Amino acid sequence: MSVAVVRPRASWAEGIRLLVVRTGALSLVELQKLRHDNTELVTRVIQPVLWLLVFGQIFSQIRAIPTGDLSYLAYLTPGILAQSALFVSIFVGIQIIWDRDAGILTKVMVTPTPRSAIVLAKAFAAGIRGLAPVVVLVPVALLLGVSITVNPVNIIGAAIALMLGAGFFACLSMAIAGVAQARDRLMGIGQLMTMPLFFASNALYPIDIMPPWLQVISQINPLTYLVNALRGLLVGAPATSGRTSAC
Amino acid sequence: MHRFGETVAVDHLDLQIGAGEVFGLLGPNGAGKTTTIRVLNTLLPVQEGTVRVFGLDVSRYATDVRRHLGYVPQQLSIEAALTGRQNVTWFARLFDVPRRERAARVDEALATMDLLGVADRLAGTYSGGMIRRLELAQALVNRPALLVLDEPTVGLDPIARESVWDRVRQMRDDYGMTVLLTTHYMDEADELCNTVALMHRGRLQVVGSPGRLRAGIGADATLEDVFRHYAGADLGGDEEQKGVRDVRRSRQTARKLG
Repeated sequence: MSVAVVRPRASWAEGIRLLVVRTGALSLVELQKLRHDNTELVTRVIQPVLWLLVFGQIFSQIRAIPTGDLSYLAYLTPGILAQSALFVSIFVGIQIIWDRDAGILTKVMVTPTPRSAIVLAKAFAAGIRGLAPVVVLVPVALLLGVSITVNPVNIIGAAIALMLGAGFFACLSMAIAGVAQARDRLMGIGQLMTMPLFFASNALYPIDIMPPWLQVISQINPLTYLVNALRGLLVGAPATSGRTSAC
Repeated sequence: MHRFGETVAVDHLDLQIGAGEVFGLLGPNGAGKTTTIRVLNTLLPVQEGTVRVFGLDVSRYATDVRRHLGYVPQQLSIEAALTGRQNVTWFARLFDVPRRERAARVDEALATMDLLGVADRLAGTYSGGMIRRLELAQALVNRPALLVLDEPTVGLDPIARESVWDRVRQMRDDYGMTVLLTTHYMDEADELCNTVALMHRGRLQVVGSPGRLRAGIGADATLEDVFRHYAGADLGGDEEQKGVRDVRRSRQTARKLG
Protein backbone atom coordinates (compact mmCIF):
# COMPACT_ATOMS: atom_id res chain seq x y z
CA MET A 1 0.00 0.00 0.00
CA SER A 2 1.29 3.45 -0.75
CA VAL A 3 0.73 5.97 2.00
CA ALA A 4 0.80 9.64 1.15
CA VAL A 5 3.39 11.60 3.08
CA VAL A 6 1.47 13.55 5.67
CA ARG A 7 2.09 17.26 5.74
CA PRO A 8 2.27 18.48 9.31
CA ARG A 9 -0.12 21.33 9.99
CA ALA A 10 0.44 23.35 13.08
CA SER A 11 -0.85 26.81 13.84
CA TRP A 12 -2.45 28.71 16.69
CA ALA A 13 -5.78 28.74 14.86
CA GLU A 14 -5.66 24.97 14.35
CA GLY A 15 -4.78 24.46 18.01
CA ILE A 16 -7.73 26.56 19.16
CA ARG A 17 -10.06 24.86 16.67
CA LEU A 18 -9.01 21.45 17.97
CA LEU A 19 -9.55 22.54 21.57
CA VAL A 20 -13.04 23.91 20.89
CA VAL A 21 -14.23 21.09 18.63
CA ARG A 22 -12.87 18.29 20.81
CA THR A 23 -14.21 19.85 24.01
CA GLY A 24 -17.61 19.96 22.29
CA ALA A 25 -17.37 16.32 21.17
CA LEU A 26 -16.32 15.08 24.61
CA SER A 27 -18.93 17.24 26.37
CA LEU A 28 -21.62 15.80 24.11
CA VAL A 29 -20.58 12.30 25.18
CA GLU A 30 -20.82 13.34 28.83
CA LEU A 31 -24.37 14.63 28.20
CA GLN A 32 -25.32 11.43 26.34
CA LYS A 33 -24.07 9.36 29.27
CA LEU A 34 -26.18 11.44 31.68
CA ARG A 35 -29.20 11.06 29.43
CA HIS A 36 -28.92 7.27 29.33
CA ASP A 37 -28.23 6.94 33.04
CA ASN A 38 -29.62 9.83 35.06
CA THR A 39 -29.74 7.96 38.38
CA GLU A 40 -26.86 10.08 39.62
CA LEU A 41 -28.71 13.32 38.89
CA VAL A 42 -31.77 12.14 40.82
CA THR A 43 -29.85 10.85 43.84
CA ARG A 44 -27.69 13.99 43.96
CA VAL A 45 -30.82 16.09 44.55
CA ILE A 46 -31.93 14.32 47.72
CA GLN A 47 -29.14 15.43 50.05
CA PRO A 48 -29.40 19.21 49.39
CA VAL A 49 -33.18 19.05 49.76
CA LEU A 50 -32.72 17.38 53.15
CA TRP A 51 -30.25 20.07 54.19
CA LEU A 52 -32.80 22.74 53.36
CA LEU A 53 -35.83 20.94 54.81
CA VAL A 54 -34.26 19.62 58.01
CA PHE A 55 -31.20 21.71 58.87
CA GLY A 56 -32.64 24.91 57.39
CA GLN A 57 -36.01 24.71 59.09
CA ILE A 58 -34.61 23.70 62.48
CA PHE A 59 -32.02 26.49 62.51
CA SER A 60 -34.69 28.95 61.35
CA GLN A 61 -36.77 27.99 64.39
CA ILE A 62 -34.02 28.34 66.96
CA ARG A 63 -32.73 31.60 65.41
CA ALA A 64 -29.21 30.71 66.45
CA ILE A 65 -27.44 32.18 63.43
CA PRO A 66 -27.53 35.95 62.82
CA THR A 67 -28.21 36.63 59.14
CA GLY A 68 -29.23 40.29 59.23
CA ASP A 69 -32.31 41.17 57.19
CA LEU A 70 -32.40 37.81 55.42
CA SER A 71 -34.32 34.84 56.77
CA TYR A 72 -32.04 31.91 57.58
CA LEU A 73 -33.62 29.82 54.80
CA ALA A 74 -32.90 32.58 52.27
CA TYR A 75 -29.35 32.78 53.61
CA LEU A 76 -28.91 29.00 53.46
CA THR A 77 -30.37 28.26 49.99
CA PRO A 78 -27.41 29.62 47.94
CA GLY A 79 -25.04 27.94 50.39
CA ILE A 80 -26.67 24.56 49.83
CA LEU A 81 -26.59 25.05 46.05
CA ALA A 82 -22.86 25.75 46.25
CA GLN A 83 -22.38 22.79 48.58
CA SER A 84 -24.09 20.39 46.19
CA ALA A 85 -21.89 21.68 43.33
CA LEU A 86 -18.84 21.03 45.51
CA PHE A 87 -19.95 17.53 46.50
CA VAL A 88 -20.72 16.59 42.88
CA SER A 89 -17.45 17.92 41.51
CA ILE A 90 -14.89 16.89 44.07
CA PHE A 91 -15.13 13.24 42.96
CA VAL A 92 -14.79 13.86 39.21
CA GLY A 93 -11.15 12.77 39.47
CA ILE A 94 -12.42 9.26 40.26
CA GLN A 95 -14.09 9.18 36.83
CA ILE A 96 -10.78 10.07 35.18
CA ILE A 97 -9.04 7.24 37.04
CA TRP A 98 -11.88 4.91 36.09
CA ASP A 99 -11.55 5.95 32.42
CA ARG A 100 -7.80 5.33 32.62
CA ASP A 101 -8.23 1.89 34.17
CA ALA A 102 -10.88 0.99 31.58
CA GLY A 103 -8.62 2.03 28.69
CA ILE A 104 -11.06 4.74 27.54
CA LEU A 105 -8.71 7.59 28.45
CA THR A 106 -5.82 5.88 26.65
CA LYS A 107 -7.92 5.46 23.53
CA VAL A 108 -9.00 9.12 23.56
CA MET A 109 -5.40 10.23 24.10
CA VAL A 110 -4.37 8.41 20.93
CA THR A 111 -6.78 10.58 18.92
CA PRO A 112 -5.80 14.11 17.84
CA THR A 113 -7.40 15.57 20.95
CA PRO A 114 -5.67 18.16 23.16
CA ARG A 115 -5.33 16.91 26.75
CA SER A 116 -6.94 20.15 27.94
CA ALA A 117 -10.13 19.27 26.02
CA ILE A 118 -10.49 16.11 28.13
CA VAL A 119 -10.25 18.19 31.32
CA LEU A 120 -12.60 20.90 30.04
CA ALA A 121 -15.26 18.38 29.03
CA LYS A 122 -15.18 16.73 32.46
CA ALA A 123 -15.43 20.19 34.06
CA PHE A 124 -18.40 20.99 31.81
CA ALA A 125 -20.12 17.74 32.83
CA ALA A 126 -19.50 18.60 36.48
CA GLY A 127 -21.11 22.00 35.81
CA ILE A 128 -24.21 20.31 34.38
CA ARG A 129 -24.37 17.92 37.33
CA GLY A 130 -23.94 20.90 39.67
CA LEU A 131 -26.88 22.63 38.01
CA ALA A 132 -29.22 19.66 38.36
CA PRO A 133 -30.14 20.21 42.05
CA VAL A 134 -31.33 23.75 41.18
CA VAL A 135 -34.34 22.28 39.40
CA VAL A 136 -35.64 20.78 42.65
CA LEU A 137 -33.99 22.93 45.30
CA VAL A 138 -35.28 26.29 44.06
CA PRO A 139 -38.96 25.21 43.96
CA VAL A 140 -38.55 23.69 47.45
CA ALA A 141 -37.06 26.96 48.68
CA LEU A 142 -39.94 28.92 47.10
CA LEU A 143 -42.44 26.61 48.84
CA LEU A 144 -40.67 27.32 52.12
CA GLY A 145 -41.22 31.04 51.54
CA VAL A 146 -37.75 32.03 50.35
CA SER A 147 -37.87 35.06 48.08
CA ILE A 148 -35.69 34.19 45.09
CA THR A 149 -35.21 36.62 42.22
CA VAL A 150 -37.16 36.13 39.00
CA ASN A 151 -34.80 38.39 37.06
CA PRO A 152 -33.61 36.18 34.14
CA VAL A 153 -30.23 37.94 34.01
CA ASN A 154 -29.61 37.09 37.68
CA ILE A 155 -30.79 33.51 37.18
CA ILE A 156 -28.53 33.03 34.17
CA GLY A 157 -25.68 34.65 36.10
CA ALA A 158 -26.25 32.28 39.03
CA ALA A 159 -26.30 29.28 36.67
CA ILE A 160 -23.00 30.40 35.12
CA ALA A 161 -21.46 30.96 38.57
CA LEU A 162 -22.61 27.51 39.67
CA MET A 163 -21.18 25.86 36.55
CA LEU A 164 -17.88 27.72 36.92
CA GLY A 165 -17.67 26.78 40.60
CA ALA A 166 -18.42 23.12 39.86
CA GLY A 167 -15.92 23.20 37.00
CA PHE A 168 -13.27 24.65 39.29
CA PHE A 169 -13.72 21.95 41.92
CA ALA A 170 -13.77 19.29 39.17
CA CYS A 171 -10.42 20.57 37.86
CA LEU A 172 -9.05 20.52 41.40
CA SER A 173 -10.23 16.93 41.76
CA MET A 174 -8.63 15.92 38.44
CA ALA A 175 -5.35 17.56 39.47
CA ILE A 176 -5.40 15.56 42.71
CA ALA A 177 -6.29 12.40 40.73
CA GLY A 178 -3.03 12.85 38.81
CA VAL A 179 -1.17 12.51 42.10
CA ALA A 180 -3.43 10.02 43.90
CA GLN A 181 -3.52 7.58 40.92
CA ALA A 182 -5.97 5.19 42.65
CA ARG A 183 -9.75 5.48 43.05
CA ASP A 184 -9.93 4.50 46.71
CA ARG A 185 -7.11 6.91 47.58
CA LEU A 186 -8.89 9.77 45.82
CA MET A 187 -12.17 8.85 47.55
CA GLY A 188 -10.42 9.32 50.90
CA ILE A 189 -8.80 12.60 49.86
CA GLY A 190 -12.13 13.88 48.50
CA GLN A 191 -13.90 13.13 51.76
CA LEU A 192 -11.06 14.77 53.64
CA MET A 193 -11.50 17.93 51.56
CA THR A 194 -15.26 18.37 51.29
CA MET A 195 -16.12 18.85 54.94
CA PRO A 196 -13.37 21.41 55.73
CA LEU A 197 -14.21 23.33 52.54
CA PHE A 198 -17.91 23.33 53.45
CA PHE A 199 -17.65 24.19 57.13
CA ALA A 200 -14.89 26.77 56.60
CA SER A 201 -17.08 28.72 54.19
CA ASN A 202 -20.02 31.07 54.61
CA ALA A 203 -22.48 28.45 53.26
CA LEU A 204 -24.10 27.79 56.65
CA TYR A 205 -23.20 30.82 58.77
CA PRO A 206 -21.62 34.26 58.33
CA ILE A 207 -17.87 34.62 58.56
CA ASP A 208 -18.25 37.15 61.43
CA ILE A 209 -19.30 34.50 63.92
CA MET A 210 -16.35 32.21 63.15
CA PRO A 211 -13.24 32.14 65.37
CA PRO A 212 -10.50 34.39 63.90
CA TRP A 213 -8.36 31.51 62.58
CA LEU A 214 -11.35 30.08 60.72
CA GLN A 215 -12.17 33.51 59.29
CA VAL A 216 -8.72 33.59 57.68
CA ILE A 217 -9.29 30.16 56.12
CA SER A 218 -12.76 31.09 54.92
CA GLN A 219 -11.33 34.15 53.14
CA ILE A 220 -9.11 31.91 50.99
CA ASN A 221 -11.75 29.21 50.57
CA PRO A 222 -13.05 29.22 46.96
CA LEU A 223 -16.44 27.97 48.14
CA THR A 224 -16.94 31.24 50.05
CA TYR A 225 -16.68 33.19 46.79
CA LEU A 226 -19.11 30.89 45.01
CA VAL A 227 -21.61 31.27 47.86
CA ASN A 228 -21.18 35.07 47.74
CA ALA A 229 -21.92 35.15 44.02
CA LEU A 230 -25.02 32.96 44.36
CA ARG A 231 -26.29 34.90 47.38
CA GLY A 232 -25.86 38.18 45.56
CA LEU A 233 -27.56 36.95 42.40
CA LEU A 234 -30.40 34.86 43.83
CA VAL A 235 -31.48 36.50 47.08
CA GLY A 236 -30.10 39.99 46.58
CA ALA A 237 -27.50 39.94 49.33
CA PRO A 238 -24.45 42.03 48.38
CA ALA A 239 -21.69 39.83 47.00
CA THR A 240 -19.15 40.60 49.69
CA SER A 241 -17.20 38.10 51.73
CA GLY A 242 -20.31 36.88 53.49
CA ARG A 243 -20.10 38.91 56.68
CA THR A 244 -23.21 39.33 58.79
CA SER A 245 -23.47 43.01 58.03
CA ALA A 246 -23.39 42.34 54.33
CA CYS A 247 -26.37 40.07 54.51
CA MET B 1 15.67 3.02 24.11
CA HIS B 2 13.02 3.62 26.81
CA ARG B 3 13.56 3.48 30.55
CA PHE B 4 11.26 3.52 33.57
CA GLY B 5 13.61 4.70 36.29
CA GLU B 6 16.45 2.18 36.41
CA THR B 7 14.56 -0.41 34.37
CA VAL B 8 15.28 -0.55 30.65
CA ALA B 9 11.95 -1.48 29.05
CA VAL B 10 13.06 -1.20 25.41
CA ASP B 11 16.72 -1.52 24.53
CA HIS B 12 18.13 -0.41 21.15
CA LEU B 13 15.12 -1.44 19.10
CA ASP B 14 15.64 -1.05 15.36
CA LEU B 15 12.50 -2.04 13.53
CA GLN B 16 10.81 -1.18 10.26
CA ILE B 17 7.20 -2.08 9.49
CA GLY B 18 6.22 -2.11 5.83
CA ALA B 19 3.11 -0.26 4.71
CA GLY B 20 0.14 -2.57 4.24
CA GLU B 21 1.48 -5.51 6.22
CA VAL B 22 0.08 -7.18 9.32
CA PHE B 23 2.95 -7.09 11.77
CA GLY B 24 2.93 -9.12 14.98
CA LEU B 25 4.94 -8.10 18.01
CA LEU B 26 5.48 -11.16 20.18
CA GLY B 27 7.26 -11.88 23.40
CA PRO B 28 6.71 -12.84 27.01
CA ASN B 29 5.19 -10.30 29.35
CA GLY B 30 7.74 -7.69 30.28
CA ALA B 31 9.46 -8.07 26.90
CA GLY B 32 8.80 -4.42 25.99
CA LYS B 33 5.93 -4.88 23.51
CA THR B 34 3.48 -2.55 25.24
CA THR B 35 6.15 0.11 25.80
CA THR B 36 7.05 -0.08 22.10
CA ILE B 37 3.40 0.35 21.12
CA ARG B 38 2.91 3.20 23.59
CA VAL B 39 5.88 5.09 22.19
CA LEU B 40 4.68 4.47 18.65
CA ASN B 41 1.14 5.68 19.34
CA THR B 42 2.42 8.80 21.16
CA LEU B 43 1.32 7.80 24.68
CA LEU B 44 4.92 7.72 25.91
CA PRO B 45 7.63 10.20 24.94
CA VAL B 46 10.56 9.15 22.77
CA GLN B 47 13.46 9.22 25.24
CA GLU B 48 16.26 8.22 22.89
CA GLY B 49 16.45 7.66 19.16
CA THR B 50 13.87 8.38 16.49
CA VAL B 51 10.42 6.95 15.85
CA ARG B 52 8.72 7.73 12.55
CA VAL B 53 5.19 6.87 11.50
CA PHE B 54 4.68 7.29 7.75
CA GLY B 55 7.67 9.60 7.70
CA LEU B 56 6.50 11.79 10.58
CA ASP B 57 8.70 12.16 13.63
CA VAL B 58 6.47 11.05 16.51
CA SER B 59 8.10 13.36 19.05
CA ARG B 60 7.64 16.47 16.85
CA TYR B 61 4.32 15.81 15.17
CA ALA B 62 2.37 13.78 17.73
CA THR B 63 -1.01 15.29 16.85
CA ASP B 64 -0.49 14.70 13.14
CA VAL B 65 0.61 11.11 13.74
CA ARG B 66 -2.53 10.51 15.80
CA ARG B 67 -4.73 11.51 12.84
CA HIS B 68 -3.58 8.35 11.07
CA LEU B 69 -3.86 5.90 13.94
CA GLY B 70 -6.56 3.53 15.06
CA TYR B 71 -6.02 1.89 18.44
CA VAL B 72 -7.68 -0.94 20.30
CA PRO B 73 -6.25 -1.36 23.80
CA GLN B 74 -6.25 -4.64 25.66
CA GLN B 75 -9.02 -3.56 28.05
CA LEU B 76 -12.67 -3.45 27.00
CA SER B 77 -12.71 0.29 26.49
CA ILE B 78 -16.20 1.22 25.37
CA GLU B 79 -18.66 3.55 27.08
CA ALA B 80 -21.29 1.14 28.37
CA ALA B 81 -23.79 3.99 28.93
CA LEU B 82 -23.77 4.90 25.22
CA THR B 83 -25.26 2.99 22.31
CA GLY B 84 -22.97 1.25 19.83
CA ARG B 85 -23.68 3.98 17.28
CA GLN B 86 -22.91 6.76 19.78
CA ASN B 87 -19.63 5.07 20.68
CA VAL B 88 -18.52 5.05 17.05
CA THR B 89 -19.87 8.55 16.28
CA TRP B 90 -17.88 9.86 19.26
CA PHE B 91 -14.63 8.69 17.65
CA ALA B 92 -15.73 9.96 14.24
CA ARG B 93 -15.95 13.41 15.86
CA LEU B 94 -12.59 13.03 17.60
CA PHE B 95 -11.02 12.21 14.23
CA ASP B 96 -12.66 15.10 12.35
CA VAL B 97 -14.71 12.91 10.04
CA PRO B 98 -16.63 15.60 8.10
CA ARG B 99 -20.19 16.14 9.34
CA ARG B 100 -21.79 15.36 5.94
CA GLU B 101 -19.99 11.99 5.75
CA ARG B 102 -20.17 11.12 9.42
CA ALA B 103 -23.40 9.13 9.56
CA ALA B 104 -22.46 7.08 6.48
CA ARG B 105 -18.96 6.38 7.79
CA VAL B 106 -20.31 5.31 11.19
CA ASP B 107 -22.79 2.97 9.50
CA GLU B 108 -20.03 1.60 7.26
CA ALA B 109 -17.77 0.87 10.25
CA LEU B 110 -20.65 -0.77 12.14
CA ALA B 111 -21.66 -2.79 9.09
CA THR B 112 -18.07 -3.98 8.55
CA MET B 113 -18.12 -5.31 12.09
CA ASP B 114 -21.60 -6.78 11.62
CA LEU B 115 -23.08 -4.56 14.33
CA LEU B 116 -25.49 -2.41 12.33
CA GLY B 117 -28.50 -4.39 13.57
CA VAL B 118 -27.67 -3.71 17.21
CA ALA B 119 -26.21 -0.23 16.74
CA ASP B 120 -28.90 1.50 18.79
CA ARG B 121 -28.64 -0.83 21.77
CA LEU B 122 -26.63 0.29 24.80
CA ALA B 123 -23.09 -1.05 24.45
CA GLY B 124 -23.31 -2.31 28.03
CA THR B 125 -25.70 -5.02 26.79
CA TYR B 126 -23.22 -6.38 24.18
CA SER B 127 -21.38 -9.68 24.53
CA GLY B 128 -17.58 -9.72 24.83
CA GLY B 129 -17.07 -10.51 21.15
CA MET B 130 -19.48 -7.74 20.12
CA ILE B 131 -17.63 -5.25 22.33
CA ARG B 132 -14.32 -6.16 20.66
CA ARG B 133 -15.95 -5.65 17.25
CA LEU B 134 -17.40 -2.33 18.42
CA GLU B 135 -13.90 -1.25 19.43
CA LEU B 136 -12.63 -2.22 15.99
CA ALA B 137 -15.46 -0.15 14.47
CA GLN B 138 -14.38 2.83 16.60
CA ALA B 139 -10.79 2.37 15.45
CA LEU B 140 -11.82 2.01 11.81
CA VAL B 141 -14.16 4.99 11.49
CA ASN B 142 -11.34 7.39 10.52
CA ARG B 143 -9.93 4.84 8.03
CA PRO B 144 -6.55 4.81 9.76
CA ALA B 145 -3.36 4.12 7.85
CA LEU B 146 -2.02 2.26 10.90
CA LEU B 147 -4.19 0.13 13.15
CA VAL B 148 -2.66 -0.86 16.48
CA LEU B 149 -4.23 -3.82 18.27
CA ASP B 150 -2.98 -4.67 21.76
CA GLU B 151 -3.89 -8.30 22.42
CA PRO B 152 -7.21 -7.99 20.58
CA THR B 153 -8.48 -11.48 21.36
CA VAL B 154 -7.45 -11.90 24.99
CA GLY B 155 -10.23 -13.68 26.89
CA LEU B 156 -12.41 -14.32 23.83
CA ASP B 157 -13.93 -17.73 23.12
CA PRO B 158 -12.76 -19.52 19.92
CA ILE B 159 -15.77 -18.38 17.87
CA ALA B 160 -15.37 -14.72 18.88
CA ARG B 161 -11.61 -14.96 18.22
CA GLU B 162 -12.26 -16.33 14.75
CA SER B 163 -14.73 -13.51 14.17
CA VAL B 164 -12.12 -10.88 15.14
CA TRP B 165 -9.52 -12.59 12.93
CA ASP B 166 -11.94 -12.47 9.99
CA ARG B 167 -12.47 -8.74 10.54
CA VAL B 168 -8.72 -8.03 10.72
CA ARG B 169 -8.16 -9.96 7.47
CA GLN B 170 -11.08 -8.11 5.90
CA MET B 171 -9.66 -4.72 6.94
CA ARG B 172 -6.25 -5.63 5.55
CA ASP B 173 -7.78 -6.75 2.24
CA ASP B 174 -10.37 -3.96 1.88
CA TYR B 175 -8.42 -0.95 3.09
CA GLY B 176 -4.81 -2.06 2.73
CA MET B 177 -4.03 -0.58 6.10
CA THR B 178 -0.97 -1.47 8.11
CA VAL B 179 -1.84 -3.50 11.20
CA LEU B 180 0.45 -3.79 14.21
CA LEU B 181 -0.71 -6.28 16.80
CA THR B 182 0.61 -7.82 19.96
CA THR B 183 -0.58 -11.24 20.99
CA HIS B 184 0.29 -14.16 23.23
CA TYR B 185 -1.49 -16.60 20.92
CA MET B 186 1.02 -18.07 18.48
CA ASP B 187 -1.72 -19.53 16.28
CA GLU B 188 -3.15 -16.02 15.97
CA ALA B 189 0.22 -14.58 14.92
CA ASP B 190 0.72 -17.46 12.47
CA GLU B 191 -2.75 -16.98 11.02
CA LEU B 192 -2.79 -13.20 10.66
CA CYS B 193 0.72 -11.81 10.38
CA ASN B 194 2.89 -11.33 7.30
CA THR B 195 5.80 -10.58 9.60
CA VAL B 196 6.44 -11.19 13.28
CA ALA B 197 9.06 -9.75 15.59
CA LEU B 198 9.99 -11.47 18.82
CA MET B 199 11.11 -9.30 21.72
CA HIS B 200 12.71 -10.49 24.93
CA ARG B 201 13.95 -8.40 27.86
CA GLY B 202 13.43 -5.21 25.85
CA ARG B 203 15.54 -6.37 22.92
CA LEU B 204 14.54 -7.52 19.47
CA GLN B 205 15.48 -11.20 19.09
CA VAL B 206 14.34 -12.05 15.58
CA VAL B 207 12.16 -10.69 12.75
CA GLY B 208 10.72 -12.50 9.78
CA SER B 209 7.71 -14.15 8.24
CA PRO B 210 6.17 -16.90 10.40
CA GLY B 211 7.10 -19.47 7.77
CA ARG B 212 10.75 -18.42 7.63
CA LEU B 213 11.05 -18.35 11.43
CA ARG B 214 9.51 -21.82 11.73
CA ALA B 215 11.84 -23.19 9.05
CA GLY B 216 14.79 -21.70 10.91
CA ILE B 217 14.04 -23.89 13.93
CA GLY B 218 13.20 -27.17 12.25
CA ALA B 219 11.09 -28.90 9.66
CA ASP B 220 8.06 -29.49 11.88
CA ALA B 221 8.54 -26.48 14.14
CA THR B 222 5.60 -24.33 15.14
CA LEU B 223 5.67 -20.63 15.96
CA GLU B 224 5.39 -21.68 19.58
CA ASP B 225 8.69 -23.55 19.21
CA VAL B 226 10.21 -20.36 17.78
CA PHE B 227 8.85 -18.45 20.76
CA ARG B 228 10.32 -21.00 23.21
CA HIS B 229 13.62 -20.98 21.37
CA TYR B 230 14.07 -17.22 21.80
CA ALA B 231 12.21 -16.59 25.09
CA GLY B 232 13.73 -19.69 26.73
CA ALA B 233 13.11 -20.35 30.40
CA ASP B 234 11.25 -17.06 30.92
CA LEU B 235 8.22 -18.39 29.09
CA GLY B 236 6.55 -19.83 32.18
CA GLY B 237 7.32 -16.97 34.54
CA ASP B 238 5.76 -14.14 32.64
CA GLU B 239 3.25 -12.98 35.23
CA GLU B 240 6.07 -12.45 37.72
CA GLN B 241 7.69 -10.00 35.33
CA LYS B 242 4.48 -8.20 34.55
CA GLY B 243 3.32 -5.27 36.66
CA VAL B 244 0.47 -5.94 39.09
CA ARG B 245 -1.74 -3.47 37.24
CA ASP B 246 -1.09 -5.22 33.90
CA VAL B 247 -1.90 -8.63 35.30
CA ARG B 248 -5.05 -7.29 36.96
CA ARG B 249 -6.05 -5.63 33.69
CA SER B 250 -5.63 -8.85 31.67
CA ARG B 251 -7.62 -10.82 34.19
CA GLN B 252 -10.35 -8.18 34.40
CA THR B 253 -10.67 -8.21 30.63
CA ALA B 254 -10.86 -11.99 30.56
CA ARG B 255 -13.44 -11.95 33.38
CA LYS B 256 -15.61 -9.35 31.64
CA LEU B 257 -15.56 -11.41 28.51
CA GLY B 258 -16.79 -14.36 30.52
